[in-house]
This record gives sequence, structure tokens and C-alpha cells, in this order.
Amino acid sequence: MLSRVADSLYWMSRYLERAEHTARLVNVNLYLTLDRAPGDAARHWGRLLAGLRMPPSMPSDSDPAAHATGQVLDLANRDSIAASIAAARENARQVREQISSEMWQQINRLFLSVRRDAPDPGWTGRTHDFLMSVIEGVHLFQGITNATMTHGEGWHFIELGRYVERAGATAALLEVHYSDPPGPSTTGVGGEYVEWVGLLRSCCAFEAYCRQYTADLRSDRIAEFLILSAQFPRSVRYSARHIQASLQTIAQLTGRGPGRAERLAGRLLASLDYGQVDEIMSGNLLEYLQSIVRQAGQIGAAVHQQYVSYPVNQALSA
Amino acid sequence: MAVVPGTGTGSGALGQTAPFREYTLDHAYDEMFDAAGQARPQYAHLFERLLTVDPTELRQRQSAADLAFLNQGITFTVYGQKEGTERIFPYDLLPRILTSAEWDVIERGLTQRITALNHFLKDIYNEGRILAEGIVPRELIYSCRHYRREMRGVPVRRDVYVSVAGTDLVRLPDGRFAVLEDNLRVPSGVSYMLTNRQVIKNIFPTLFNRYDVRPVDQYGQALLATLRSLAPAHRPDPTIVLLTPGVYNSAYFEHTFLARQMGIELVEGRDLFVHDNVVYMRTTGGPRRVDVIYRRVDDDFLDPLAFRADSQLGVAGIFNAFRAGNVGVTNAVGTGVADDKALYAYVPAIIRFYMAEEPILSNIDTWLLHRDEDRAYVLDHLDEVVVKAVGESGGYGMLIGPQSTAAEREEFRHRIEADPRNYIAQPTLALSRAPCFIEDQVQARHVDLRPYILCGDRVTIVPGGLTRVALRKGSLVVNSSQGGGSKDTWVLNA
Repeated sequence: MLSRVADSLYWMSRYLERAEHTARLVNVNLYLTLDRAPGDAARHWGRLLAGLRMPPSMPSDSDPAAHATGQVLDLANRDSIAASIAAARENARQVREQISSEMWQQINRLFLSVRRDAPDPGWTGRTHDFLMSVIEGVHLFQGITNATMTHGEGWHFIELGRYVERAGATAALLEVHYSDPPGPSTTGVGGEYVEWVGLLRSCCAFEAYCRQYTADLRSDRIAEFLILSAQFPRSVRYSARHIQASLQTIAQLTGRGPGRAERLAGRLLASLDYGQVDEIMSGNLLEYLQSIVRQAGQIGAAVHQQYVSYPVNQALSA
Repeated sequence: MAVVPGTGTGSGALGQTAPFREYTLDHAYDEMFDAAGQARPQYAHLFERLLTVDPTELRQRQSAADLAFLNQGITFTVYGQKEGTERIFPYDLLPRILTSAEWDVIERGLTQRITALNHFLKDIYNEGRILAEGIVPRELIYSCRHYRREMRGVPVRRDVYVSVAGTDLVRLPDGRFAVLEDNLRVPSGVSYMLTNRQVIKNIFPTLFNRYDVRPVDQYGQALLATLRSLAPAHRPDPTIVLLTPGVYNSAYFEHTFLARQMGIELVEGRDLFVHDNVVYMRTTGGPRRVDVIYRRVDDDFLDPLAFRADSQLGVAGIFNAFRAGNVGVTNAVGTGVADDKALYAYVPAIIRFYMAEEPILSNIDTWLLHRDEDRAYVLDHLDEVVVKAVGESGGYGMLIGPQSTAAEREEFRHRIEADPRNYIAQPTLALSRAPCFIEDQVQARHVDLRPYILCGDRVTIVPGGLTRVALRKGSLVVNSSQGGGSKDTWVLNA
């Protein structure tokens, strides 16, 4: 397929995943605020913004919750939910003929509703509804994509976009939490528990975790679940497996040999397949997570180099 | 505007029977009724159907059709609107019906015309015999903005410069078809022709069945075959692409529609590159050679190395690849000189010169305003004539004398005197009128006809074409950008 089209499908998918992740994070944190000690608010909201890779600085006079939600809801802000969805839709529009009409209608509907219903910054009753509508809208789009699009090259670029974004975002979120982990000294009674629940819920993982490990929340088990679980769809390992599978299929469909992107993805997957949580925890966890974030970025760049922006001289003489 | 009184026998009665109560005849040719108010034989079934139609049911079917159009995104963008508003292309339910005999004349006439025009283009970009013999004045050609000196001496596959043409025909009061203008650069509208047919089949299935209507769905295949025949001779299994300016272009829907119908790749300038005078497209599987480009980008924007250097829509070096014979580009660069409205007046002479035949389809009388006599007459009769700028399309740059204000006429007087070569004038035509379903009544509106002519290794004309209708009452402007719509056109097999 045309390189430009592959690129647009990839980015459409990444932006949607980003919007969903952001919406969930904000939603979870809004609820957590209710259970937190008031003095901790600035720190937590700062962490949320850091987890989203947005500037964490907080103007001292504002309500931290309002400020943070304002950032993600502000249409003018490049990193806001609305901006992500607008970018996704713009990419979809450029390749409208490559996606099914159901997909186009859904992403268009989502875009229009986000524009129309963006609530005021700060926590109002409508904020939760808005964030849920974004999450559900993206889920619906992903479901429609799987159901109505041929699982060929284009579909695999969409998968790739989603899992590259997810791997990086999950690792970044974990890094922020583990760099300042909740302990009995830092938060109020029961506060530690609330923070871990917040982390798990941010990855839709609380119930799944409990089913596997019971409600005994331990930092090593949480790390194991969110990094190394082979079956939980939001773990880093699961994302890495899907990245590798899609890359392999794309390489086959395009008739290209395995390139740098496949090697990077294979290496990442192998380190996760054979990783052990006690080794990870006893080593430098933060560095480990930062490395994953870096690798996800490198995979994205390698895909772009290999399939989209390859230099023509090399390609023609090959 | 006399309403013809009913004859009492029922089948021709106008003016008394719903839904024809508001139908009137005037001096223009009426597609459905003859001068005596009788329905023409080819319209008999439609007439009977309309007498018994339930307007509510018809309106419901129309709403369903509107929704289908919208859902499929069969829209067009109107220039000059903020945010590029997409609108459903307005259409009218009632088909326009042509007999086989009427179509035969049109088909032969258009075939003759496109053949002559291709000969003409080859001639003026090579030896220029027609200019040497003074049949067409040199100044007219060389002063035309669309004449491209870059094309001189460049070989064109099969000598086909125009492979896709849309020629606008009007029916005169005596029932003959005449050519209003040729469109030889990037004519659009064929996607509406194809989608109209789909929609009408849904609205009037029984009626469609009663008539024996020639199909039009083969347009995609015919176009593909035409494009294939224009590939460089040494490329037996050509890769064909459609080059579009992109999503912001008003005809983008048509580009995607046609690419899909033909099963070819839709590309933008940035997807292509030229290496060693060969055109490639950038795919995930590596560069892939391109053999034929059906380009819907204007000459000016096609190649920043050859034409406008600031173009973001074209491909650097594509003209060189074309010149080297490594890629087919169609319609060729520089065809606009042949659809210049001033050149139009010479087309009958062009046909005689190259084909040694009389034109089958006649022109409309045209005054060329760079000629002193013509200009003097027209400036004196501005309120009676239609003045057109030679390079414009879409109904812009036009003065319709009888409907103009004194201020508008003054404005045009100044423009004409400032740049006479840029204007022509024609008598205000009584375009023929066809029945339309408007506000639950059948009313007459002015129509024209745009068949689409394909020219490759042979000339193929899909039966019918786009009948454009001036939906506003009394309006003569059929262009979509100014309140026009379309109708399905049925060419019968008998």
C-alpha cells in the first residue's frame, strides 16, 4: 500500500489510543481525589501530568484538579484529548477510502461529540460522562475496525499504532508511579492502597489483578502483572507480542525481509518473555521502564524509516 | 407561457391533471411534451406513472435516496465556503429519456468531434498546418493561456491528447442537439451520473423495468481500458494511478469513486517521485513503477520543475518522464487550448479540415469579442446576449443579459473593453425543458446534457451522461456550484 496511507493509519490508531488512555487516567484520578488527603492533591495531579508526558508544573494558586483536567480538556492544548481525537480524525480523513465507512462514521461521530460536549475545566458532573464517552467511543471504533476491515496490511498498521502507543504509555505511567511509590509514610490511612488501586484502574487492571492475585496489592505483583502478564491485554508484554506479530505480517505482505523494526520488536519481546519480576525489582526498575519507553519510540521510528520515509536511492538499487 | 388545454382524451392533458397542474409549455423545446401537449412516445410510461403517483410516497423514497447519498459521502465541496462545506449533489427524481435514434446522432457527432480535436491538438503542437493555411488564426492559439509551448514536438501515445472529455450539449427549440462547449482538461461529474443511476433504480424499479434502458455501469471498465491503451508501448502490464490534488479539492469524492470503480491506486503528488525519468510511487513494499497517470491536477500545478514552481500538488520531473515516453499522462498537458471558448467558434472548421466532413453536431453562433464587428454588436445588445470569459468554468465570469442589472452590464462593458480576447458572447438560448418533481408537482426546468467521451485505442461514449438541470425556477444556470442539479439520463434501446 502507499506509504503515506500506512503512515496515516498508524497515527490515526496511535492518537486514538492516546486519547483513550488520557481519558481513563483523568477519570480514575478524579475519583481518587475523593479518597486522598487534600494536601496531596498537587503532588498527585502533577504526577498525572508527568505520566501523560505533559509539563507537570502547577501554578500555585489554582486548584490542581481543575488545572490538570483543564490541560487535558483544553481544545487548544496540543496534548489534550480533543486534540488527539482531532488528529486521529484528520488522519482518517486523508485515507478515508482505506477504512470502512462504518469506521469513518464512528470516528467522525466521536470527533463531533468531543467538540460539542467538551465540558468546562474542573470537575463537574459532566466531566465523568465526557471522559466515559471518549473511552467508549474509542473502544467502539476499535471493535468496528476489527469487525469491518480486512485484516490485511492496513489493519496491521492500525494494530501496530495501538500497541506501540500502549506499550510506551503503560511503561511511562509505571515509571511515574514507581519513581515515587506510595508507602505508609507518604499518604494518609489507607492512602497507599488507594494509590495502587488508582494505578491498576488506570490500566483497566484492578479486577483482573485481583482475580489473579487476590486483593492483596503488592508493588512487585503489580509490576509483574502490568509488565510481564502474557494474557492481560494492557500489559507491556502483551503489547510487545502484538507489535512483533504485526511487524512480521507486514513484512510478509510487503515482500520485504525482516528489518530493524522487527529486530527491535523481537528483542523487546524476548526480554519480556524471559523476564522475571524479582530480577527486575531488585535491579533498577526505573531504568528498566525508561528503557521500554525508549524502545517503543525506537520501534516507531524504525517502522517509519523502513516503510514510509526510506531513501529512494537505496530502495531502487535493492 | 400558454398552458395547452387538454384535448379531452386524457393522455396529453396538461394543466388540468395533478401533478401536472403547474406544468407550462413555452417556446423552448419540451423534452416530455410535444407542441400539442401530448406526451412524446418515449415518455408515455413515465407520464402514466406520474398520473397515479402518490407524492408522499415519492417524497419518502427521495428522502431515503438523500440519506443513501449522504451516508456514502456522495457530496461535493463548494468553493468559497468556510470549512469546505460538503453538500449532497442536488438531483431530481424524474429521468430524462432519449430515444435510440436521438442518441445515435449524438454519439456519431461526438465521436467526430473528439477525433477532430485530437488531430487539431497534434497539429498545433507539431507542424501547425491548420495555422499555416489560415483556418485558425495563430494569435488565437498563441494568446491562449492554456497553450503550452512545452508540448511542442512532444510525442503523445496514439496521438491521443484528450482521452476523457465532457461535452455540454443543449437542445434547441427545433429539437436538434447542438454543442454548447467542450471540456477537455479535467471534466468532472461522471460520478454523479453513475450514482444517479443507482439511486433512480431504487426509486423507480418498476418503471425502469418497463423501459429498455442502456446500462451505464460499465464506465469504470471503459475508462480503465482507455487508460490501459495509453500506456507506453513497451509496458505490457501497466500500473495505472489516479492523481488527485487531495481531500480539499471540490471533486475529491469523484476521484475516490473512480479509483475504487477501476481498482486503481489513488495517489497524491507527494506519493510519487521521478528517478531517471521514470515515475514511481512510494509504497510500503518499496518504490513501484507507474505507467499511466490519470491526472486530475491542472497543468499549472502538475510539475514544479516545468510549470508553477510553488505547486505542492504535483511531482517534480513528471513532465520530463512524460516527454521521455516513460509514462502516460492523460489528459495531456496543454489541451486547454482546444476548449478555450474563443476557439470553440472554429471547431466546425476544424472538423472540416481534418475529417473532410460536415459537422454532425452544430455549434451555437458565437461572437468573438476581439473581432471589432462582433464586439460592437454585442456591446450594443448586452441585455440580449450571454457573455462568457473564455477560460472560466462553473458558470462563473458570465453575464446573462436578459437577467442582468444595468450595473452588471456596465461592469462587463468595462471588462470587455479592457481585455476583448478574454470574452465571447452567444445569443441567450432557450435551453430545452424537462419535467422535474418539485414540491409534489411536476414542473418544467431547463436542462442540458453532458455525455462523457472516452478516447483511447477507440472512442467509447457511455449512453446518456449527466443531464444537468437549473433547479431554480426560470434559471438558465445548470452548474452545480450555482444552484444546479442533475437527473438520470435514460437512453433507450429502441
